[in-house]
Amino acid sequence: MSTDNPDLTKAAPPAATEDEVAAPPPAADAIVAVDPRLLVREQGLAGYLTEFRRRVRSGDLGSMPVIAALVIIWGVFQGLNSTFLSANNLSTIAFNVVGVGMIAVGIVFVLLLGEIDLSVSYVSGLAGAVFAVLSVNHGVPQGLALVLGILTGTAIGALQGFFFAKVGVPAFVVTLAGFLAWNGAMLWVLGKNGTINLQSGGLLYNLYNYTFADVAFAYGLALIAVLLYLGSSLWEANRRRKAGVPSRPMLDIGIKTAALAIVAFVAAWVLNQAEGLPLCLLLFLLVVVGFDLMLRRTTYGRQIFAVGGGIEAARRAGINVAWIRISVFGLAGTMAAVGGMFLAGQVNSAQSTQGGGNTLMNAIAAAVIGGTSLFGGRGKTWSALLGALVIVSIQQGMYILNLNTAIQYMITGAVLLAAVVVDSVSRRTQKNSGRA
Amino acid sequence: MVHVSATPVLALRGVSKRFGAVQALTDVELEIHAGEVVALVGDNGAGKSTLVKTIAGVHPIDEGAIEWEGKRVSIGRPHDAQALGIATVYQDLALCDNLDVVQNLFLGREIRRVGVLDEVEMEKRSRELLHTLSIRIPSVRIPIASLSGGQRQTVAIARSLIGEPKLVILDEPTAALGVEQTAQVLDLVERLRERGLAVILISHNMVDVKAVADRVAILRLGRNNGVFDVKTTSQEQIISAITGATDNAVTRRQARSAEADK
Repeated sequence: MSTDNPDLTKAAPPAATEDEVAAPPPAADAIVAVDPRLLVREQGLAGYLTEFRRRVRSGDLGSMPVIAALVIIWGVFQGLNSTFLSANNLSTIAFNVVGVGMIAVGIVFVLLLGEIDLSVSYVSGLAGAVFAVLSVNHGVPQGLALVLGILTGTAIGALQGFFFAKVGVPAFVVTLAGFLAWNGAMLWVLGKNGTINLQSGGLLYNLYNYTFADVAFAYGLALIAVLLYLGSSLWEANRRRKAGVPSRPMLDIGIKTAALAIVAFVAAWVLNQAEGLPLCLLLFLLVVVGFDLMLRRTTYGRQIFAVGGGIEAARRAGINVAWIRISVFGLAGTMAAVGGMFLAGQVNSAQSTQGGGNTLMNAIAAAVIGGTSLFGGRGKTWSALLGALVIVSIQQGMYILNLNTAIQYMITGAVLLAAVVVDSVSRRTQKNSGRA
Repeated sequence: MVHVSATPVLALRGVSKRFGAVQALTDVELEIHAGEVVALVGDNGAGKSTLVKTIAGVHPIDEGAIEWEGKRVSIGRPHDAQALGIATVYQDLALCDNLDVVQNLFLGREIRRVGVLDEVEMEKRSRELLHTLSIRIPSVRIPIASLSGGQRQTVAIARSLIGEPKLVILDEPTAALGVEQTAQVLDLVERLRERGLAVILISHNMVDVKAVADRVAILRLGRNNGVFDVKTTSQEQIISAITGATDNAVTRRQARSAEADK
């Protein structure tokens, strides 16, 4: 009716608004005029430092707290016992990092969604038990048993994810139920004895214990890693320059490459002093780097961050939120199972105590201590590595000091609390400076 | 400025929508042409949001027809609307606070190169888009959380343009914004019109409506209550049509000429 009315609709003369459109000053030169609120980055060292200070002030601490914590912990233990920083002890730490670190990688993903998975410890135990029963009791080839054990974890994670994403049960409750249920399943699978010894020199034993004794191997890998990092950074900077978008300053690339080179070569040197580069550590590093690339460089990774940052926004952007949730819980289950395989390889048996004690606490603590936010949407897979290093260093330090587990638990608990405090405070600071 | 084309980009013909016993929309008519800003106004509960949701595909219509560029279409879900070229910017902005501006702009439409996100290309296009819209933000690589309300609103609007839509629906883009920020958003609405887009602007603010809209369509209790040319209509007339305070001359005249047309 009304819109058909010629008097009214056709009376909207487009030309009449011309003045209105032209009225605001042409905004093109407004961009040139420097708005004091704009974050104009100065070039060179000064600009780099300003940027760095601004980020620290606004609570964007990144990996700094955990690296500082690691330095302090290592310093204190070295002061108390001079064998702490010996090659053999550091090598032991490197071995012990793998199991908890693998589980923590899965936890990082779940935390990115702002959720929690409490079942990972017994999922890891169950996966080890499934491997043991299949390969030892039923004669299934070890490779196949390994795959089936890991897939058990995937299926459990996806099932829990389904109850969370589709049925709408809070993840906390679903995985708490899982914590009990998979513990029961593990005991049931293991049967009466409660312990199944794995083949001596079997697959899991080798996966965990094999080391590349040739010193050239660790140095070569360190060199490759540094070159790959430098090459990809330069290539990216070059592409950005060509496209006319701001690129990282050369100084930044130089500093970070140098830092990586120092860490990589010192680590290679220390490991070579002991038994050489452990295969399990190499696998863990590949997992961390691979998942890091997936999170930062693929659509799937971007969608995980989006869901962690705002479910409604993600849904409106056409992201299948339920699929992201289910797949992330599936991934956490998978990584728990992978971690379980290394934990089983460590003792070369599947035991009823596997996954008990502080396994769960250590995995979650590692992810959080490493700097992944409990509030979702912020974190890296590297936090699994850094956090696991902190946790395992404390354990190992207590062990060589002959302190009992009671004190060890209290100190690990305090470190976890400190990590969460840092997370909360930095989040609040970010909010205050509008960067949460 | 683009000339108003003969065929409307979008036309609603006698659209009705019921929720159970509540008749939310009754025989609503609306036409939007390319390069035109139509303000949709009405009191709370007048059916503005419902109408927008039927266009955006959130609620399918019960009766009536939707025509897109002269052809009858059915919009059953949000995806249909997006495929036609309808972009909706909701009141709650639907941006992810933890992602930066580029990531938000391309969320759900990431550009990939050999399976990997092409950040350089996305950043380049984001800068170009923000530049053509004269949107000023500190950096395209800072999280959305660090932007002001007005800046977020402009990013949300810019985001709707990534899919190259023909019709943009803005749901109260200036509610909760300050004076300067409102001006930024209104500038942006005008730039959308200059680009030849059809814009539906929902607003409670008559000053905003007078400033940018070409026509104002009024809903009252789920029915049309007149479509006015903004330039020739006073604010009082619009408000009285919204509130239904008076049986005003414009609606009467309209009713008369509508009957004469038949």
